[in-house]
Amino acid sequence: MTGNRTSHWWTAWGLLILVWALFPLLWMVSLSFKDPNTFRSSTPTFFPKEWVWTNYDTVFSDSLFTSALRNSVGIALIATLLSVIVAMFAAYAIARLDFPGKKLLLSMALAIAMFPQAALVGPLFNMWRNLGIYDTWIGLIIPYLTFALPLSIWTMSAFFRQIPWEMEQAAQVDGATAWQAFRKVIVPLAAPGVFTTAILTFFFCWNEFLLAISLTSTDRARTVPAALSFFTGASQFQSPVTAIMAASVVVTIPVVILVLVFQRRIVAGLTAGAVKG
Amino acid sequence: MAVNEQLNTVASPATPAPASPAPPPVSERTRHERRLGLALSAPAFVVMVLVTAYPLIYAVVLSLYNYRLTDPAGKDFVGLSNYSTVLTDPVWWTDFSTTFIITAVSVGVELVLGFAFAFVMYRILQGRSLVRTGILLPYGIITVVSAYIFRYAFQLDSGFVNQWFGLGDFNWFGERWTSLFVIILSEIWKTTPFISLLLLAGLVQVPWDLQEAASVDGASAWQRLARVTLPNMKAAIMVALLFRTLDAWRIFDNPFIMTAGANKTETLSFLAYRQNVTLLNLGVGSSISVLLFLTVVIIAFVFVKGFRTDLSQVRGDK
Repeated sequence: MTGNRTSHWWTAWGLLILVWALFPLLWMVSLSFKDPNTFRSSTPTFFPKEWVWTNYDTVFSDSLFTSALRNSVGIALIATLLSVIVAMFAAYAIARLDFPGKKLLLSMALAIAMFPQAALVGPLFNMWRNLGIYDTWIGLIIPYLTFALPLSIWTMSAFFRQIPWEMEQAAQVDGATAWQAFRKVIVPLAAPGVFTTAILTFFFCWNEFLLAISLTSTDRARTVPAALSFFTGASQFQSPVTAIMAASVVVTIPVVILVLVFQRRIVAGLTAGAVKG
Repeated sequence: MAVNEQLNTVASPATPAPASPAPPPVSERTRHERRLGLALSAPAFVVMVLVTAYPLIYAVVLSLYNYRLTDPAGKDFVGLSNYSTVLTDPVWWTDFSTTFIITAVSVGVELVLGFAFAFVMYRILQGRSLVRTGILLPYGIITVVSAYIFRYAFQLDSGFVNQWFGLGDFNWFGERWTSLFVIILSEIWKTTPFISLLLLAGLVQVPWDLQEAASVDGASAWQRLARVTLPNMKAAIMVALLFRTLDAWRIFDNPFIMTAGANKTETLSFLAYRQNVTLLNLGVGSSISVLLFLTVVIIAFVFVKGFRTDLSQVRGDK
């Protein structure tokens, strides 16, 4: 249909998009390898004059960063797991069952997806202090799991609709209850959709910043995005710029791996729910 | 594909709810199904109500009090005076205009850029999955990291931008408009992938025979785009627009990291954060929270009623 020449044109445009997407990341990597004592200049260059690992040593020997990394991984994984479990049940009900309150549930999810989190920082800050969960993992896990729910519910219910449900009916004809049919037949079929949802939910929790700085005050629960904004470098006399970039590279690596391995799934998941993550 | 089904439901006009006939006798099976449906969705429902609806009501209550955590004993009922304090303060309106500018510019640029990206991804033959993988990287990156990347690229003593473009010692963060430019740039880089993937999903849905028919009838590429492709994508475009607009409206990370709100770059979310968390002024802070929530409700209302955005597809009902 399209001639060879036009096809080359589209490839060229595709390359341009790649440059657009990757260039800022290249800058991040480059800056993270500059010497923290000499990178400042009145005529800064793009690439380091000399590539050094100093910044990576700095961030991994700084307990502010290492504890933040631990908090981020733990909080994001737990919140993702809980959100996916809760959403899985709801998505199944939405995709398969007729029950009162279904519309309300969907509208509520929609409202929360659009909700400005900043409208909650005041009350949550106050409530969490009264409940004693301010500056704890659970204090972040609860709102993360909540704000991730709409995305999880939509993405999963979209996936669930694709499942060949005759198999469930077949199981029910054979005498299984709705619950057994769900657990034994559908869960294995639904696993890919659930997994994709988990990736998108993880991205959301990994990225979240506003609640992270509002509901934490020490390295007990402070996540990486929050810690980055407090980062001061190896000493107070050293600029934190290059160290922040090294920390940024470290926390970008999991994202790159997930994207490289699960590219197809992520695209399908994003467009299935038509929701932001 | 999930996409197909979703968008097919959009293309068809919203089906009116069928006039409910006399309810049939509720069978044992139906009752069981209802119970199971309620039981399965109850946890999600309870969590959402407890963590958003309840604090929001709490915010409404707090907003009627003069309440500072630094002076808890001085908690007084003051009616709506916090609201008049906020709405007569120029800070609210400056932050409102900053938020508005960031939202309008970034969403406008992203729509055009996102459509161009979607079109390239649609037509490209070699390297299709490479481009899709590449475009997902900005989507997955932490916004705070993106903010630092752009800040340091433009910052005087570390950035290459001024050297590359021969701008000497021009200070990007020294004034409002250039600061906003860098903030918006970071926002666009990070969120265009999302909008372009949604538009791609819409683009794939445009029936190929329509394109071909227009082509046979002698329509130029531009005419096909304007008369066939875009009108058939309207639903996808509106949904992408609504989600990105509301997402941009709550922007916080980029200005916080890049300028800390200096030179009138503070946004509404930032203001809510500052009053509540930094200044511990929960009375005024809560009224800002409530007002912020109301602005979001108004934007959503305008999209749904004014622009007739069909949300049935995103809500997931058929």
